[in-house]
Amino acid sequence: MNRIKPVNQRAWWLVLPVLLSVAFSALIPLMTVVNYSVQDILGPSQRVFVGMEWYKETLRDPELHAALLRQLTFSIAVLLIEVPLGVALALAMPARGWRASLTLVIFAMPLLVPWNVVGTIWQIFARGDIGLLGYVLARLGIGYNYAQNPTDAWVTVLIMDVWHWTSLVALLAYAGLRAIPEAYYQAARIDGAGRWAVFRYIELPKLRPVLMIAVLLRFMDSFMIYTEPFVLTGGGPGTSTTFLSQYLTQKAVGQFDLGPAAAFSLIYFLIILLACFVLYNFMNQAETRDAT
Amino acid sequence: MARIQLIDIAHSYDPGAAPWALKPLTTTWEHGGAYALLGPSGCGKTTLLNIMSGLVRPTQGRVLFNDLDVTLLPPEARNIAQVFQFPIVYETMTVFENLAFPLRNRRWSGTEIRKRVHEIAEILELGADLGRRAQGLSAEIKQRLSLGRGLVRPDVAAVLFDEPLTVIDPHVKWLLRRKLKQIHQQLELSLVYVTHDQTEALTFADRVVVMAQGEILQTGSAEELFETPAHQFVGHFIGSPGMNFVACEWREGAARIGDAAIRSRSASPPDRVESLSLGIRPEHVTLHQAAGDNCVPARIVSLRDEGTRSIAVIEIAGQTVNARLPQAPRFSANAPLFAHFPAERCALYADGRRVA
Amino acid sequence: MQLLDVSFRAGSETWLHPFSLTLAEKEINVVLGATRSGKTTLLRILAGLERPRSGRLVHDGQDLTGVPVRRRSVAMVYQQFINYPSLTVFENIASPLRVAGAGKNDIQMQVAALAELLQLTPMLTRYPAELSGGQQQRVALARALARNADLLLLDEPLVNLDYKLREGLRIELAQIFSQRDATVVYTTTDPQEALQLGGFTHVLHEGRLLQSGRALDVFRHPATLDVARAFSDPPLNLIPGRFDPAGRHLLLADGSTVPLPSWLVARAAPDTIFALRPYQLTLTSRNDARCSITGVVELAEISGSETYVHLTAARASLIAQLPGVHQFELGQRCTLYFAPEDLLCFQADGTLLRGLEG
Repeated sequence: MNRIKPVNQRAWWLVLPVLLSVAFSALIPLMTVVNYSVQDILGPSQRVFVGMEWYKETLRDPELHAALLRQLTFSIAVLLIEVPLGVALALAMPARGWRASLTLVIFAMPLLVPWNVVGTIWQIFARGDIGLLGYVLARLGIGYNYAQNPTDAWVTVLIMDVWHWTSLVALLAYAGLRAIPEAYYQAARIDGAGRWAVFRYIELPKLRPVLMIAVLLRFMDSFMIYTEPFVLTGGGPGTSTTFLSQYLTQKAVGQFDLGPAAAFSLIYFLIILLACFVLYNFMNQAETRDAT
Repeated sequence: MARIQLIDIAHSYDPGAAPWALKPLTTTWEHGGAYALLGPSGCGKTTLLNIMSGLVRPTQGRVLFNDLDVTLLPPEARNIAQVFQFPIVYETMTVFENLAFPLRNRRWSGTEIRKRVHEIAEILELGADLGRRAQGLSAEIKQRLSLGRGLVRPDVAAVLFDEPLTVIDPHVKWLLRRKLKQIHQQLELSLVYVTHDQTEALTFADRVVVMAQGEILQTGSAEELFETPAHQFVGHFIGSPGMNFVACEWREGAARIGDAAIRSRSASPPDRVESLSLGIRPEHVTLHQAAGDNCVPARIVSLRDEGTRSIAVIEIAGQTVNARLPQAPRFSANAPLFAHFPAERCALYADGRRVA
Repeated sequence: MQLLDVSFRAGSETWLHPFSLTLAEKEINVVLGATRSGKTTLLRILAGLERPRSGRLVHDGQDLTGVPVRRRSVAMVYQQFINYPSLTVFENIASPLRVAGAGKNDIQMQVAALAELLQLTPMLTRYPAELSGGQQQRVALARALARNADLLLLDEPLVNLDYKLREGLRIELAQIFSQRDATVVYTTTDPQEALQLGGFTHVLHEGRLLQSGRALDVFRHPATLDVARAFSDPPLNLIPGRFDPAGRHLLLADGSTVPLPSWLVARAAPDTIFALRPYQLTLTSRNDARCSITGVVELAEISGSETYVHLTAARASLIAQLPGVHQFELGQRCTLYFAPEDLLCFQADGTLLRGLEG
């Protein structure tokens, strides 16, 4: 329902402080970035206007393409694993009582760990000499070394992310499940529906809005991921786990080339925006299609 | 068809606390009967329905279907169908698939399913909608669909309704009520219907069970409940407006309101004479300008013309009584009036229960 | 208060087509219409919660259309018993008084008076969650009355209560409103409620205002067939026949005839639509109820003091509302009588030709 609320001028005054701080911390820096992206900064006071030069160069950069590809693969893998797993966990969680509270706390814990600590935990955990996982795998005779083997590194980063973030999906799905009226389950029981049928015809349709949010959040966050893989693998071995944000940081901070970095970050921003827009519209359309 | 017996059933959602949601009761519902559980919110009717369907396990007592003890059996094992207050449909499926769902779960063959679904769709007038998605349909069609899903199983013994017309538009409620009555005729199922609306209950059921505060007050046909309510609450709850109760006292062998003696339906005196009330329905009260037998002086307090009927609020011996009059009476203001209570329509109540 | 040429659209759907409505000052205005006829939207526009797409809201010559809700003198009661859950009943009722800055004694007095009026005195220290539905709605009502607004809006306030409670509260509400100075707007889908509350009735149908007038006037003289239909529960009977000028009678589809009195013959035309309300059909013929129609009983429904009989007569469905309890066999032939004075006549385009006297 579209509502046009009558205009209340006083509200703007209350919003002003927030507007100012957002302007200060986000808009002005954004303007600065746009500014840098069209200039070549040779020194503190030497700047040359180069127009779209950096954009063209960045978009032609093969290493950028590689990092983008790696990033997309990672995000899609993350979604494919975390969303079904999160939903499955939510279905298994108790609905009420002290057990529910305990489970919720346990599930919340991975989300509370600072991200660099997450990286550190897994870095140590997966080491062959002092890490539990690494040691067990070595004892089992499985050749596993995330520092040298690109595949192992990939898998480790993926599993770390799943460990870290599946809880979010699970908690969102859990809340969504609690909102389904009991009568639906009762009717399904009377209809003789099995567990799978109940999931497919009642729970999944009702969870759709929640899952939309979960997918959107996980996609955006995984697309911007930086701390955990950086702490875990440093982007290696080689560049096998260098994702987009790390590549950008390398360019901007490592090489101090602000012009191209600014262009890159704007492109990055636009990629995320576009991806989310497409994803959201796709899911919205699916919803309205069902409603007609 | 099933004969459902409830033996010493009682239930409390919190066994430590009193009062219980359902006080101990024993009752039988015959094959193919249409019953209504009628009562105000909180009287225990939904609890009783859920105990019959198996969604709630009673704190005490046994439930028998055709002499088989089903108390511990879950709903899916009892062969019942339940229609809830809000239409419950599988929104991602079409109407056809919704109706077919219970049969698919029982592994019926495709042809059998198609035949049965068409049969039921025909009865419920859903034939034209079979291909439509359940999501966009109106509430009334969705309720018919919910009902259809219950009826589609041929071994269904009883259909239980929990206030199914709640979300239906008043103009359309008639259609569903008529449909339910037709189904009762055609399919010979036991039907139990829970409602707080007297019209729904009395229209739908052969026998109405009136409940209040966890107890069954009276079971009977619409006529019985209307003409001879056994309990003051029944008299008040059924009929719009409900039965009038005028406090009276027993003096010199007759019930008296003020000085006037009022004879009631029974010739013998009541077994209790303390705190007596005379019950008379507004439909039976008539106003006259001259005194007569079984008449009491009255004064019109207000007159409401409600289009299809008129309600006069009159004052008798300091108490208010409603009278339902067929058309606006023409009485001159302040003229002395007498309210006539026909003896065969009067009953005496003491402590809420009928005594004469 | 008046709505002038007001309309409302949400996206591509028109919820209210342009119409003008004048509220009867200081009286009950019942807005009658089916669900989705636009009643709630109308109420929200009156409250100031929605801005109409076109048109203005005028009161005492002042244009209130753009005025925000907070500055209007309006109080609203909803279907869903809305109260402040963390405040006691006393605090709930007192809240508008506190906002208005009333003094402590004043608040005490007014709350006590309102609690008395709505029978809430024993519950003043309890919380809304502990009360029954009817009591919660009374608290909401008391709070609305405490605001002492010029305009009191009620959106189907009794629909979530059981029918007996509804009956009792309706009478109470009618009494309370008659003692107050506010203009009351009450929406409902039940024609019976409109008749019981009395006052003015505005009939809405699919976003259009069909008729405004005193309840009994609209009931007896519906401007169009749509109004008569909206204002009839059980549904209106359309007599299945054509007026035959030659025979001066109604010719029914099954060949039988219903003789009509001369004053009706003079005004009728072959395409006149004849309608009859269910309560006007009786089982016995009386002096004035001379016309008869015979049909087969499809269904008989008993409702306390009345019996609703569904008949098929001349290939059409009719419903009769008979006083008392009557038993009918399905398929039984039954003759019902009516008085021609009770016929509502409409022209072919649906406008009223002749209403009821009385």
